[in-house]
Amino acid sequence: MNLTLRIWRQSGPQDKGRMVKYQVDDVSPDMSFLEMLDVLNERLILAGEEPVAFDHDCREGICGMCGLMINGDAHGPQRGTTACQLHMRQFSDGDTIDIEPWRARAFPVIKDLVVNRNAFDTIIAAGGYVTAPTGSAPEAHSVPVAKADADAAFESAACIGCGACVAACPNGSGMLFTAAKVTQLSLLPQGQPERYTRVIGMVDAHDEAGFGGCTNAGECTAVCPKGIPLTTIGRLNRDYLAATTRHADTPGT
Amino acid sequence: MAVTGILLVLFLIAHMLGNLKIFSGATSFDHYAHWLREIGVPLLPSAGFLWIQRVGLLAAVLLHIWAATVLALRARAARPVRYAHRKKVRGSYAARTMRWGGVIILLFVIYHILDLTTGTLNPVGDPSRPYANVVADFAPERWYVTAFYTLAIVALGFHLRHGVFSALRSLGQQTPRGEQRARAVALVFAVVLCAGYLVVPFAVLTGLVS
Repeated sequence: MNLTLRIWRQSGPQDKGRMVKYQVDDVSPDMSFLEMLDVLNERLILAGEEPVAFDHDCREGICGMCGLMINGDAHGPQRGTTACQLHMRQFSDGDTIDIEPWRARAFPVIKDLVVNRNAFDTIIAAGGYVTAPTGSAPEAHSVPVAKADADAAFESAACIGCGACVAACPNGSGMLFTAAKVTQLSLLPQGQPERYTRVIGMVDAHDEAGFGGCTNAGECTAVCPKGIPLTTIGRLNRDYLAATTRHADTPGT
Repeated sequence: MAVTGILLVLFLIAHMLGNLKIFSGATSFDHYAHWLREIGVPLLPSAGFLWIQRVGLLAAVLLHIWAATVLALRARAARPVRYAHRKKVRGSYAARTMRWGGVIILLFVIYHILDLTTGTLNPVGDPSRPYANVVADFAPERWYVTAFYTLAIVALGFHLRHGVFSALRSLGQQTPRGEQRARAVALVFAVVLCAGYLVVPFAVLTGLVS
């Protein structure tokens, strides 16, 4: 396959940045998208040019490091797939592919396609944990958890924090991420003591980080590589309403 | 957004049911309009209930617009650099057009009040004869009024299709089956409300009501 790539190049946070066109020939359809970028980078290095910076780590779709806007789709055209697990067979010979970084005020570009997702860590730090000492894994039946709750909590816990929800959201909102991190704990007995202070703290941290507000447009769910459902946001809303009405200013209730 | 939206939706239901009284004839329709002014008399002054309702609705509309503006400004600030290549919002056409649809509806409401409440822009413009006002409004030679009315109602339908679902979600709807139900309710409600509002001008246009 021969492809034309138009890639966002930005030398640093202060640079204005621009789309630059590259020709990549002899791409195997069995390559992953990142391997195709590796091939481009090797050629750039041999030619003495600056390689394209992009984030990646496990390349197995579980770490959440890679994140590219490919032809206007977060993580590319295949649903439920991270960019590293996307294969070039999804494209055709002669295609032009636009590759951009996540665009959000809370995710400033560090270089080329790499963005700083520290804002997600700030949200987690505002309550995405339990303070009870949990020690080693306890006997599974010592604390009963309803099957439906366990399943829903696990569904939320599948979030890898890649940021695709923010990238795709027409409002630049990180509500699906925040909802996943809130509800994976609020559904379980271990998460109850801080249930209502957690939701307020994390939503406040989300807003302060410069993310937009949620309008239930549903773009986030469509691009989420882990298929986290939009109902998760409903669960967050319910906790938030309960926290701001019934449980106002009473930590731990 | 959700709470003010629901208040406005309740008004839309009552207003649509009131409109449909036009099919029971001029006397009945005019009598209904007169009765609206008499609710609560003598406990309230004449048109007192109507003014309470107007103030309440105005507050709801203003808060609704304020909330929408805050969301739109936050959305704009949250993405200072735009994508060079951006796909359209997949969720639904309704979700994509909430903001501009809302602007169309607002412009229509302003026109609609000048037309059929104050009568300023109405060819008859007699507040004591609402039936005559409506018939004159949607007369075939004033097709452009009917066209604008239709555009606004269709925009309202799309607004409600996403709005009703979104309001339920904002108020804590959280199960997958409930989501299907909420989307179905929003769709059916939007279609019924559109039909209920559009039947009046088209009945006048085709001569069913004259």
